[in-house]
Amino acid sequence: MKSIKIKADNLNVYYGEKQALFDVSMYMEEKQVTALIGPSGCGKSTFIRCLNRMNDVIDICKVQGKIEIDGNDIYAPDMQVEQLRERVGMVFQKPNPFPKSIFENVAYGPRIHGIAEHKSDLEEIVVTSLKKAALFDEVKDRLSDSGTSLSGGQQQRLCIARAISVNPDIILMDEPCSALDPIATARIEELMGDLKTEYTIIIVTHSMQQAARVSSRTGFFHLGKLVEVDKTEAIFSNPSDQRTQDYITGRFG
Amino acid sequence: MGFILISLIILIGIASYFLGNLRAKNLRTSNQKNLKSLSHYYGYYVALWAVVPALLILLMITSFKSFFIEQYVLSDFIALGSYTETELSLLFTQIENTALGIKLFDENTILIDGAVNKLNYINKTSENLTYVTVLGLSGLLVLYSLFNINNKLNSRKIVEKFLLVLYFTCSLVAIMTTVGIIFSLLYETLRFFSQVPITDFLFGLNWSPQRVFVREAGDLDTRDLANAFGAVPLFAGTFLIALIAMCVSVPVGLLTAIYMSEYASPKVRDWAKPIIEILAGIPTVVYGFFAALTVAPLVRDIGQGAGLTVSSESALAAGFVMGIMIIPFISSLSDDVIKSVPQSLREGSYAMGATKRETIVKVLLPAALPGIVGSFLLAVSRAIGETMIVVMAAGLNAKLTANPLDAATTITTQIVVILIGDQEFDSPKTQSAFALGLTLFVVTLALNFIALQVVKKYTERYD
Repeated sequence: MKSIKIKADNLNVYYGEKQALFDVSMYMEEKQVTALIGPSGCGKSTFIRCLNRMNDVIDICKVQGKIEIDGNDIYAPDMQVEQLRERVGMVFQKPNPFPKSIFENVAYGPRIHGIAEHKSDLEEIVVTSLKKAALFDEVKDRLSDSGTSLSGGQQQRLCIARAISVNPDIILMDEPCSALDPIATARIEELMGDLKTEYTIIIVTHSMQQAARVSSRTGFFHLGKLVEVDKTEAIFSNPSDQRTQDYITGRFG
Repeated sequence: MGFILISLIILIGIASYFLGNLRAKNLRTSNQKNLKSLSHYYGYYVALWAVVPALLILLMITSFKSFFIEQYVLSDFIALGSYTETELSLLFTQIENTALGIKLFDENTILIDGAVNKLNYINKTSENLTYVTVLGLSGLLVLYSLFNINNKLNSRKIVEKFLLVLYFTCSLVAIMTTVGIIFSLLYETLRFFSQVPITDFLFGLNWSPQRVFVREAGDLDTRDLANAFGAVPLFAGTFLIALIAMCVSVPVGLLTAIYMSEYASPKVRDWAKPIIEILAGIPTVVYGFFAALTVAPLVRDIGQGAGLTVSSESALAAGFVMGIMIIPFISSLSDDVIKSVPQSLREGSYAMGATKRETIVKVLLPAALPGIVGSFLLAVSRAIGETMIVVMAAGLNAKLTANPLDAATTITTQIVVILIGDQEFDSPKTQSAFALGLTLFVVTLALNFIALQVVKKYTERYD
């Protein structure tokens, strides 16, 4: 049994009057990839955005229940949301590099959190992060070019480098490959395999094959409820719930 | 007569629409003919033939009529050969007035009586002739186009083509107006520069166009003329006041834009934005007396309280009020560009653990910078071209100064001063207004051009 990194307990989320998540309880293991699958609008993105409190940005969103990371309640009143997000990085569905140079994109996090004392430290962080994101070799001669000049797959790896630049414990990935072609997707998946030795990864995906390839545990969401969560092999070979069975065999969704 | 005739043409047009429509419908049912367009398009087709050529002919007749009438009426006088062109046109005006019953001549000679009779006759005839020509043409074309309706005619396409020509003509009007203004400015400016060297105008330090009259009074000192039209004090005043205005409007406008786009709740936005935009809609003359009667005395009192000499009309007061006026130009344009930075960039920054302020300063403003700079440049060109506030609050005295507490004058103010009252159109004083206008036009055009280029070149494409 791996140690538990994140634990959600009876999580209910409302957007105004509409309830988006119903009593979701699950845990995620440290330094493993956990995949969340389910049809569109099932609440998996809402769930992942609770883990770094990105839902705070939305005024009408209300979160009830408890989420613990390393045993600390992240919705506790004394929790600093900026520090939480430093520890819980996020990669979005559409690559969203800032309209700055490649270097400045990666240096953004270390700069605002004051991680690098000297310029040389900052340069080292940028280079290591780009290397970890398997992008360094492609961009090492043009670090001052704009981040938006890269291809889609490169932009997404730049966003991954940006996320790991502040050395988080956890990386949340919200459908990171949905805007990418199959070759770029394969590279990101390969990268996730490398990254899980250091980081706890939670990935939301539409592709069941992707969940099967990269994750050790998989949770299936449907209509705002967590239907089933188990080891990935178990979910795909022998699901215990009929709805999961129907979804993975392509009967709906 | 023009009004009645045009109304008649429009009535014919409406009637012919129904005629065309009706005939197309009849053809459809009686002959089982397969017409190419819906019947109302044939209505439009006939109506266009009825209206457009008639209006064009009317336009042509009215623009050339007066020339021919004058030639005809004055033919006896022209035959004498002893009148100049100016005298002839004066004579024609006198004859016109005589025809109206105003007594202008000491005694009506045979020639004048003849001319008056000729005028009355030709006016009557030409009016009748115009009616006949225009209405006749319209009627003929209605008949022609009605009989032209058959299954080979695609009226839908013809209507579309006509609309294309119409759109083109409308855009041509705007373009030709601009070109026309430029050329009239250029013509007068060249005439001005033939009397005053362009270097004296651009680099001279002394602006006092009233000196021209000294020369005309007989004192033929040309150095005085050279010294009268140095526009540097005006350029300096213009830029000083624009600079003060920008010092007010840039920080206030930009911070307003940031508040409106990032902090204000939708409710606050809904009522605050329109109120801010009202600032741009207040007539500038109202700003002018606000500046002259409220702000200028205030500036003077505060300045004197601090032991400074402040003139009662100061560049500071005018610049300050102008700055208030252009706040909405900056705030609403910048607000739009900041808002149009994609939400994904905000989320990306928040997800890195950045605060709202860090996100705004480090991500949103750099991303929106081209648009913001563009809004600054548009505001500058507005400030440079502004007239009323400066006329009322900044003074008319062309003094070369960089002191904002002193009176200053601008290019626009001097144009107003020069062109108020009776003008002599060949005096260099009057023509200098055109030179100033052209300079202003070139400067604002350049600023607008740069603004557009900046916005275009540095705008990030967010697909």
